[in-house]
Amino acid sequence: MELILAIIVGLLYAAGIFLMLRRSLIKLIIGIIFLGNAVNLLIFLLGDLVRGNPPVIKDTDRVLTGVYADPVPQALILTAIVISFGLQAFAIVLIKRAYIVVNTDDLDKIHTTDEE
Amino acid sequence: MMNTLIILPIVTQFAIAIVLLFFWKNIFAQKILSFLGCVVAIFVAGSLLNAVYNNGIITLQAGGWPAPFGITFVADTFSSVMVLLCSLASTAVSVFSSVSIKRARLRFGYFPCFHFLIMGLNGAFLTGDIFNLYVWFEVIILSSFVFITLGGKKVQLEGAVKYFTLNVLASMLFLTAIAIIYGLTGSLNMADLSEKIREIQNQGLVDIAAIIFLVCFGIKAAIFPLYFWLPDSYHTPQAAISAIFAGLLTKVGVYALIRVFSLIFVPDDFMRTVIACLGALTLISGGLGALVQTNMRKMFSYLIVCHIGYMIGGLGMFTATALTGAIFYLIHDIILKTNLFLIGGVIFKITGEINMKKMGNLYSEYPVFSLLFAIPLFSLVGVPPLSGFWPKIDLFKAAFLNNNLLLVGALIFGSFITLFVIARFWSEAFWKNNDHRIIKPYIEYFWQMPKGQQTLLILPILFLSLVTLYIGLGAENIYRVAERIAGELMDTTPYVNAVMGIQP
Repeated sequence: MELILAIIVGLLYAAGIFLMLRRSLIKLIIGIIFLGNAVNLLIFLLGDLVRGNPPVIKDTDRVLTGVYADPVPQALILTAIVISFGLQAFAIVLIKRAYIVVNTDDLDKIHTTDEE
Repeated sequence: MMNTLIILPIVTQFAIAIVLLFFWKNIFAQKILSFLGCVVAIFVAGSLLNAVYNNGIITLQAGGWPAPFGITFVADTFSSVMVLLCSLASTAVSVFSSVSIKRARLRFGYFPCFHFLIMGLNGAFLTGDIFNLYVWFEVIILSSFVFITLGGKKVQLEGAVKYFTLNVLASMLFLTAIAIIYGLTGSLNMADLSEKIREIQNQGLVDIAAIIFLVCFGIKAAIFPLYFWLPDSYHTPQAAISAIFAGLLTKVGVYALIRVFSLIFVPDDFMRTVIACLGALTLISGGLGALVQTNMRKMFSYLIVCHIGYMIGGLGMFTATALTGAIFYLIHDIILKTNLFLIGGVIFKITGEINMKKMGNLYSEYPVFSLLFAIPLFSLVGVPPLSGFWPKIDLFKAAFLNNNLLLVGALIFGSFITLFVIARFWSEAFWKNNDHRIIKPYIEYFWQMPKGQQTLLILPILFLSLVTLYIGLGAENIYRVAERIAGELMDTTPYVNAVMGIQP
């Protein structure tokens, strides 16, 4: 399971960076989304994967013993997903406005800020 | 204990923002409430600094969860000084923007968003948890996205695309580094991390995480070679917005760099060399960039990059003297860069131009204002006894003691370029006679404004100039604070003990 997730994380990072280096605005956004998902999976992976052991203390025990699934990475991912959702929503509105005003999808033609 | 004092700066800003949301349509009430809230925030920040300075580090465990399990808020001298500077700068910008930004743009929730931005900054300064720092960074960048696109002009949207992409990339890298750190140590509390990171067997992975932190905070702080987005986007929004970006947003990156690299990853010889070289190269490349610009606001943007190099270079040397210089420079720079962009805004209102070549006559038409503007400009260059001069003594001393001749050269070069650029700007904009000025009908010029509005434009500049004068003339007090912060950064045991609840 770890191996599969590691490969997926690597692929998502590679795909995200590749797409961000393309010249199209749309591909830029898709690259950012890929990177965001890659990071979330990375947090999940590095928090150690444990199957079927929720971190619940039994009635008979006072402390949690044995191997259990760490709840912190899941809380982190939840926060990160919500934040990246907000960012992506903004990004999509931004590129739509930018496309209407600049009238091009090509990042190389977005260079008004370099002039003057 | 007066623990709740620590979250008051955050809560104050949050409360103001929410109250402002109720006055969505009433811009006039928003202006008044925003200013009053900023004044309250100054007092809150002042009492926090007072408490921390007299009684030592204050901590707050959110929800009563003891560290390292819960989220910790920590106010040491460094963070409370930053909170105070942030509230001073934000007050000036709040007053300035109430006049300089058009009503049509203020209608889209400018003031609530402004206070959310300041809340994010205060949170980033006060948190003691690395993931919480990430969340505050997101609060900051989301508010800044609203600001940078406010107006929706072509050049703004193009600048926003660049600003957005680089900042989101930096956030993703930040999260990646947090994931690696959490995988290695199982902790997110910065004080806890600083102890656990030393016990890690696999120091190679720790170094990788450190480099990723350097890159992501480097993007935010605009250090060489990651600064290219800054001069391309900071000149596009309104002057008041550029001022808050220039004064605080890049500096929160510098703050995070200093915090992370003094507390968690104490730099070894190699990292010191890398960071010091980056500082030197930032000074040189930012200076050269400023040299070729004729656009006033772009030139100021490159000067931001150039002067970030002083702080990064100071961090790179990592001695008590160097850190004192870097912290003093940070204190001086926040006030000054905010003021610089406000001045740029007023000069644009007076001349109607952002190109230096087309300006002129400022000194003959507005002699008193010109003398007022001269104070921050001279401070920027570092003319003794103004504020830019004092931190440089320590930085030079540390660079010579470390035998880091590249950095000595870069420090001299950066200072000289700043002098040259500001002198050229002064002669072009203030002293030159220009009889061919074109009056553009769509700009509301300074002389067309009512007297009250003119005063409200000049007052924030006067206020920040007085603060700059105090930093320069009362350098002894500031120096004592900077020295104390540097001491706390070099020896982090009190910080760790305060957070972990260990009685010394």
